[in-house]
This record gives sequence, C-alpha cells and structure tokens, in this order.
Amino acid sequence: MELSDYFSQLFSDYTLRTITLGTAILGAICGMLGSFAVLRKQSLLGDAISHAALPGIAIAFLITGTKDSNILLLGALVSGLIGTFWIRGMITKTHLKSDTALGLVLSLFFGFGMLLLTFIQKQPNANQAGLDKYLFGQAATLVESDVMLMAIVTGICLVIMLLFWKEFKILLFDADYTKTLGFNTRFIDVLITFFIVLAIVLGLQTVGVVLMSAMLLAPAAAARQWTNKLSVMIVLAAIFGAFSGVFGTAISASQNNLSTGPVIVLVAGVFVVVSFVFSPGRGILFKQLRKYQNRRDLKLQKTLQFMFDIAKTHENISHPHAIKILNNFQGYTRASLKEMEEKEWVKVRGQKWAMTEKGYDAAVNLYKNN
Amino acid sequence: MSDSKIAIRVDDLTVAYNFKPVLWDIDLEVPEGVLMAIVGPNGAGKSTLIKSILGIIDPIAGSVSIYGKPYDKQRKLVAYVPQKGSVDWDFPTTALDVVMMGTYGKLGWIKRPGAKQKKAALEALEKVGMLPFKSRQISQLSGGQQQRVFLARALVQNAAIYFMDEPFQGVDATTEIAIINILKELRKAGKTVVVVHHDLQTVPEYFDWVTFLNVKKIATGPVKDIFNDDNLTKTYGINYKVAVNQ
Repeated sequence: MELSDYFSQLFSDYTLRTITLGTAILGAICGMLGSFAVLRKQSLLGDAISHAALPGIAIAFLITGTKDSNILLLGALVSGLIGTFWIRGMITKTHLKSDTALGLVLSLFFGFGMLLLTFIQKQPNANQAGLDKYLFGQAATLVESDVMLMAIVTGICLVIMLLFWKEFKILLFDADYTKTLGFNTRFIDVLITFFIVLAIVLGLQTVGVVLMSAMLLAPAAAARQWTNKLSVMIVLAAIFGAFSGVFGTAISASQNNLSTGPVIVLVAGVFVVVSFVFSPGRGILFKQLRKYQNRRDLKLQKTLQFMFDIAKTHENISHPHAIKILNNFQGYTRASLKEMEEKEWVKVRGQKWAMTEKGYDAAVNLYKNN
Repeated sequence: MSDSKIAIRVDDLTVAYNFKPVLWDIDLEVPEGVLMAIVGPNGAGKSTLIKSILGIIDPIAGSVSIYGKPYDKQRKLVAYVPQKGSVDWDFPTTALDVVMMGTYGKLGWIKRPGAKQKKAALEALEKVGMLPFKSRQISQLSGGQQQRVFLARALVQNAAIYFMDEPFQGVDATTEIAIINILKELRKAGKTVVVVHHDLQTVPEYFDWVTFLNVKKIATGPVKDIFNDDNLTKTYGINYKVAVNQ
C-alpha cells in the first residue's frame, strides 16, 4: 500500500480508522502528561513505570487465563502503581537518589515480568501466545473498545487538568512554596502521577513496555523548544504526539512488516530533532545565526567608534579622511566599510571616507548605551 | 517598637537528618514588627529553621505558633521567599505569572485568578521595580531581577509575617538596596520580617533584631543589645572582633 492509499482508505477502512484514531489519542494524552513529567524532571519515571507494568500483565493472565486486553491492562495498572509507590517510598524513606530508585524498580519489575513471561510460554496452554506483544506493542490489535477507553481516559484527564490547572502549574514550578500556601501538595502530586501511570498503561498495547517512555518525553521535549508558555507547550505536545501517532501508523501501514510502535516513536523523534534545530527561540540554528549576527554587529560598532574618535577631533564631522588610516585598526575590512556605507554611517569618495550625521549620532548613542 | 505582641513562637523545635541533629531544641519568640536576621555559619540550620517553621520540613519534635494559634490555621498570615536557586528558572512562564502565584493561596483550590489578582500582581511588580519586565520569560531575567520577582510574589500575598531565605544572595548592590528598602517599608507597616542573612557587616545597618544560630540557638534579641563580639564568637567559634570592628 502506498502512503496515499492509506489516507484514501483511512475513512472507509474500519480497522485502519480504529488504529489511527487510537494512536492519535494515545499520542495526544502522552504528550500532555509527558509535559508534566519533563517539567518535573521526572523524565525517567515513565520508563520505570512502563517496565514496572509488565509483571502485572503476566500475573493478570496467570490468574484469569484470558487475553482480554482490559483485564491485562488492569493488572498493568496495579503493578505500575505499586512500582510508582515503591519509587516514591525509596526516595523519601531511604537516602537513595531518585535515579537509583527509578533504575532499581525498572530492572527488578522488568526482570520479574520477563521471568513470568517465559514461565507462561512454557505452559501447555493454547491461549498463551501473544503476551509478548506488550513488550514492543502491536497497534493492529487495537479494537474499538480500546479506543473508546483511551478517549474516555483522555477526556477525564483533560477535565482534571483544566480544573486543577493553577495547582498543577505552581506545583511544577515551586513545590515548597505551594506547600506554604496551604495546598496539599501530596494530593496534587499523586493526581499527576496517577494520570501518567494511566497514560502509560493505555499505551502498552500499542507501543509496548520498552518504548513507552519515548511517547511521553519526545512530544514534550519537542514542544518545549517552541514556546515559553506552559499552556502552549502542553497543547503543542499533544498535537505533536497525535501527529506522531497518525504518521507512524500511516508509514507502518503502507510498508509491510514495519511494526507500528517503533515507527511512531521514530516519528516523534523526528519532531524532536527538527525542534532542536529549527525552533526560533531555542533552536541550535537560530542561536548560531544570532551569535554570528551579534559578532558582526559588534565589529561594525567597534569600527564606527574608531572612526568617531577620529572624526570628532575636527570641527566638521564630515571632514574626509584617508581610508588608509583605518588599516591601523584591527577588525576593519573593506566589507565592513561597505556595510557602513549601506547603513549611511559614512560616505566613501575615492580613497577617502567621511562620517555622516547619522553615523555620528549612532556612535554617540553607542557610547551612551555602554 | 512594640514587644507586647509575639508574632512567631517556636517551642522545642528539633530537626534531624540521618540521626544527626540539624536543629536542637530551639525556643524562639519573635515580637511583632521587627526586621530580624538569622545569622550563623554554613550548616547552622538557618534555612532549615525557616523551612520547619513553614512546614516544608517535618521536625521530629516541637511546635510553631503564629499570633498564638497553630501555624496550620494561620498560613494566610505568612509569606515565604525561598532561595532563588531552589527552582528551575527555565520553567515556561513569565515574571507576571510567577508573581500571580502569590495570589493562589487566598484563592484556594480550583478558583482561577482574575482581574483583581492581576492588578495586585502588577502593583507588586511595580513596587520592586520590575513592571517593565512583566512579560519577560523568567530565564531571561538577571539574578537580581529573579530575586525581585520572588519578593513581589511574597508581597502580593499581603501577609503579616515574611520569611526570606537569603534574599541578598548573588544580587548586585542596586538590587540589595532596593530589597532592603522594601523590607524596611514592610516593617514600617507593622509587618514582621525574618531573613536568613550571611553578611555580618550589614546586620546593624539593616536589622533591628537578630538571632544567632548554630544548631542550637545562641542568642536572640535587639541588635543593639546582643550583636556583640561575645555572641559572634560563640556562634562562629572563632574570634570575630577584628572582622566586625574594621
């Protein structure tokens, strides 16, 4: 299938539509909540939580014997939450740093989950196969009820976020201060974390345990580059996430044997790279350009000052001087003289230059500003 | 100065990290309307004292009362200026937005700030001379400007008691003078101001009340009575005569 076929079939093909809608919603909610994780400097939390969800899936299967994704994801939710509280407990009760706590929970839970998965695969049970799809995700298994669930959770999350917008914002910026204002910071914190866990669990079926954290972080990291406003950042992250979902699905559907999860993550990665390079305020490209521009301006200004010091010794500021005397001044070039002429700071006649009124004023202002 | 009313009262406050006491059995009474410096060497527990009074750190023992009632019931009377370095200044927000946060406490849960809150925030920015920078992204402010924004955020709370953690750290002379003038204005308006302070030279000039702290409370009282070599030596462990009298 060609990419154009994908878009023409998008509205007629039920499966394609379901999957696309699912990945788009997932991208949006992950982008939204990922912004919180990034701004709280808890980028790795998502990674730990998603890995911590794996044993929950296996245990839910062992207990119920079904492959109903809702039941398995409920298991993932429970073990993801347990992992999260372990991390929080370790950080507050022991003196371990948060990265140590995150790393410990991530590897312990994931190891245990893998152990259970291999155990399940050795069971003589025809129903066992397919649990490993939660490792790397399989968007093709999304059905309408999964998408409905995602939509409902996203809706609730949106309402909660709008309701507690002010509280979320202040907690993200300055948690200690928030406490002194009388807000229950633990409640706000648990609320944010709970929704992050929920978003991760919803994404497991599509993107999988291993890559899930990229879904949270990439859209948020990209969005941060384009704005200095929290609300804009969250909206942008949601949009980037949703587009990653749609494009990722489109690319993987139009090429055979490309699994959707990794492609979605790669598309999100492209958003990140483009943002890092091309965003006007913080992007590498414009930063470099501005640096170059500043350096050139400075060189011109220094030359102007040098000329000013010569010109002001004469009663008539436009008294012509030989260009030769500029050669003593470091930083002077023919090009800069031409540029100054374009700015109408000086007039050049043959081998002589003369300062203009405009150039004189510009030089005086330079002195004032320094 | 009226010492009839006690603004802050701390009883038997003890804080420990890792079994090591950081604050040991602190009793403290701060009368209303004073501008008080907390001084002591690094690691003396100055910031910890403020933070445990404000409930940011849980003490292992002790109690705090504000105007005779438990702190929990009096939060709206208290404003806090944290150390500038305690937050990420690259956070996507503007100076005005940060100052608006000072109004959140009185608004309570869910309610959004409106025109009234915005007006108060603009006035506070004006007071600290930061009005022209109201729309500036906070990472593009200088250290002194960031400190002023933090001060404005506390001013907007319109509290009776202000706690400030090293407001003069890393600011230039102009900002320092601007800040101390505001603190003196607060005192004139009858507010109580408690400042963690590092520069001993300026204590007599800036403050009228002082607490010497080094894990234990060494002394507390009017600067003119107790700011002397004896207490400085007790607090810092070395003879301070030379440094202060120069």
